[in-house]
Amino acid sequence: MKLITAFVFGVTFALGLGLGGMTQPAKIIAFLDVGGAWDPTLAFVMGGAVLVGAVTFPWALRRRKALLGDNFVLPTASAIDAPLLIGAGIFGVGWGLSGYCPGPALVSLVTLSPPILTFVAFMAAGQYLGRWLVRPSAAQEPILSDAG
Amino acid sequence: MPSSSIALALVGGALIGGAASGLLLFNGRIAGISGIFGGLLVPEREETAWRVAFVLGLLAGGGVLLVADPAAFPAHQPRALAVLAAGGLLVGVGTKISNGCTSGHGVCGLSRRSPRSLAATLTFMTTGALTVYVVNHIVQGYLP
Repeated sequence: MKLITAFVFGVTFALGLGLGGMTQPAKIIAFLDVGGAWDPTLAFVMGGAVLVGAVTFPWALRRRKALLGDNFVLPTASAIDAPLLIGAGIFGVGWGLSGYCPGPALVSLVTLSPPILTFVAFMAAGQYLGRWLVRPSAAQEPILSDAG
Repeated sequence: MPSSSIALALVGGALIGGAASGLLLFNGRIAGISGIFGGLLVPEREETAWRVAFVLGLLAGGGVLLVADPAAFPAHQPRALAVLAAGGLLVGVGTKISNGCTSGHGVCGLSRRSPRSLAATLTFMTTGALTVYVVNHIVQGYLP
């Protein structure tokens, strides 16, 4: 049952990304092009998502357990620290360069187009590289457990 | 910006928010795509099955889009292959180091009213906009 719901919400998530225009890198770039021909449409995608989430998340989290019996697995880190800001900064540069963030890139894999396959392969390599950079011996802080 | 595209953006956003809410309510998990993807690269025993199911759902949804609305995907990439590769690497590194992307920090984090996720979201929006400014308005002519 847990796998069925995870699958169904994955499908729903992908349809939302596609309908909202997030799988169009040109739209992402136009959204980020504040200094040029700015297209703010995608702000309504995140706005719509947070509008729903801001109501349902606190409501869902009032429960002791999730509906299918699992405990809630939530991010534990709360510090606004250097890894957070540096990592988010690096992510933004990659997002602006490519026009893809992880969700739309994975959804777009179905096109089997070489540019997308390349992007996802390098994104996987980057995950391994980032994992190596934040390995426990690389910093005094432990590996952060967070939202993903 | 026609109002129909705003409406479509809101509907798309609501579906994303609904999916993230559903995953939290039913499965107790955060729909952070970079974390789900990264979690599959280095699998953890208890967390792998639902992540596989969710990613298969993303792919199935992509398949539906491909059939029902092929224009959801670009006919041509606006960026050269080398730029996409560099972007992919930075997206992977950055989301790993900061533990979240547009969905984990942007949608789920803001929905949980996490100041940490707000800081991350403002940061990647800012560097994303700066990057597009530099690429589109300064170095565009030099790119392959």
